[in-house]
Amino acid sequence: MNEQPIISVRNVNFYYDSFHALKDISLDFAPNSVTALIGPSGCGKSTLLRLLNRMNDLIDKIRLEGEIIFEGKNIYDPGVDPVEVRKRIGMVFQKPNPFPKTIYKNISYAPKLSGVNNSDELDAVVEQSLRQAVLWDEVKDILNRSAMTLSGGQQQRLCIARALAMKPDIILMDEPTSALDPISTAKIEELIDELKKDYTIIIVTHNMQQAARVSDKTGFFYLGSLIEYDVTKKIFTMPQVKQTEDYITGRFG
Amino acid sequence: MISANKHGFTLSKWRYLKQDIFLVSVWFSALLLAGIVIAIFGYIIINGIGAINWEFLTTPPREMMTKGGIMPAIVGTFYLTCGALLVALPLGVAAAIYLAEYAKDGSVVRFIRIMINCLAGVPSVVFGLFGLGFFVIFLGFGSSILAGSLTLGCIILPTIISASEEAIKSVPQTFREASLALGISKWQTIQKIVLPVALSGIMTGSVLSVGRAAGETAPIMFTAATFFTTQLPESIFDEVMALPYHIYVLATAGTYIEETRPLQYGAVLVLISLIFMINIGAILLRIYSRKNKRW
Repeated sequence: MNEQPIISVRNVNFYYDSFHALKDISLDFAPNSVTALIGPSGCGKSTLLRLLNRMNDLIDKIRLEGEIIFEGKNIYDPGVDPVEVRKRIGMVFQKPNPFPKTIYKNISYAPKLSGVNNSDELDAVVEQSLRQAVLWDEVKDILNRSAMTLSGGQQQRLCIARALAMKPDIILMDEPTSALDPISTAKIEELIDELKKDYTIIIVTHNMQQAARVSDKTGFFYLGSLIEYDVTKKIFTMPQVKQTEDYITGRFG
Repeated sequence: MISANKHGFTLSKWRYLKQDIFLVSVWFSALLLAGIVIAIFGYIIINGIGAINWEFLTTPPREMMTKGGIMPAIVGTFYLTCGALLVALPLGVAAAIYLAEYAKDGSVVRFIRIMINCLAGVPSVVFGLFGLGFFVIFLGFGSSILAGSLTLGCIILPTIISASEEAIKSVPQTFREASLALGISKWQTIQKIVLPVALSGIMTGSVLSVGRAAGETAPIMFTAATFFTTQLPESIFDEVMALPYHIYVLATAGTYIEETRPLQYGAVLVLISLIFMINIGAILLRIYSRKNKRW
């Protein structure tokens, strides 16, 4: 992996009010790969994920030190519009959160507001996104039905399709399968494998088997620090740090 | 009831009795409340139903208001309440959006909230005098639909702000996050996601407040309502008759108070039926929106 990183975290310290949530984090994410962030609850992995597309901006009393470099630019520079950052770096959440609109409108929502007005073009975006998310065959005849009528697994794939519709470079996934049954989870994992051809995926997960199955590299976080970051196989077969080993073998966490 | 004490489990009759007394008293309170409502409605319906006919609803008063109908008053009340909503809804929703989505907790926002609560507590006659001084005289609108609507709008504003703020706050945060994460701006997220989801709640609160506006007398008697006219208003600068004020006039200020009793009851029946229907409308809206909520 000598490739140029697509996004780099440089010496990041992050505080919620007085709580030091991330301690001097530095890591690079390679393009067209899946990176898993693992660690016990409260270790800072979701915080880091939400820093990457400036979702933490929504919270009051936060403070960030350090830089997050995307395309050679610190996304926290004063001149950077977080809205533009989020167009390029999409996100899928823990609980499927489709809008209370039709399946079609869930997908077309963001492209439409970003200036795609031609209905043929929108149709094409909707179909392509749903196909990429392997949902098209299940919903192509019910595009005008409310997204709320879909099953949890279908809803989550719809949310992935919704993120894909903006053609982002990076997709952040925050425990995307923790609310889903094993079959839906397997489908999402297959999908992640498929998507990394075109996208960079960074996934936070509590499920260590999942990290082992889907990711190329894994970072282990503990108490706000990045303890170990390496190729997934190495992390799970011969971790270099005792804490990592303890965690992945289930001795704590 | 069984109670545990040092003698083991023994039935305590006294506790049973206490519970029964309590139960009967709350039941009686609820019944009393329903009884009062039914009594008022029943009394008005019995006395008023005789006056209600097509002519009553569709013609203006005649012969010193002892005969004829109340059509101009119904139309006037309709204009005034619609006007009030037209004034208060955009302003109220805008204020609610600010309070729910943008305002950070601080002394300014606290001050605004206190002011809104104060506004809700101001007696309606004070609003009437304010309307007279500000809209009618200072702004020169005269006694008119415009001045009356603005005054009524001020009265229902706090209700609309509170209802809208509640509705906006009850929109799940996950919807906002989903939209923002797609690179959609905050304002567009509010417009396209938050407001549509909050709409039914906003409408329910607004419709209820319209019910209140329709029944107010004091705020319109100085600002919009006229004693008697057979003309329908032609512009927003015209005076109108209004149901609550018409009832007040018939019952207190007419020359033939006794002769107009049936008309008074009839007008009251029409007014409370209107308000009742508006409230039913709000309830149906709420039921409908709950049924469609699945998150």
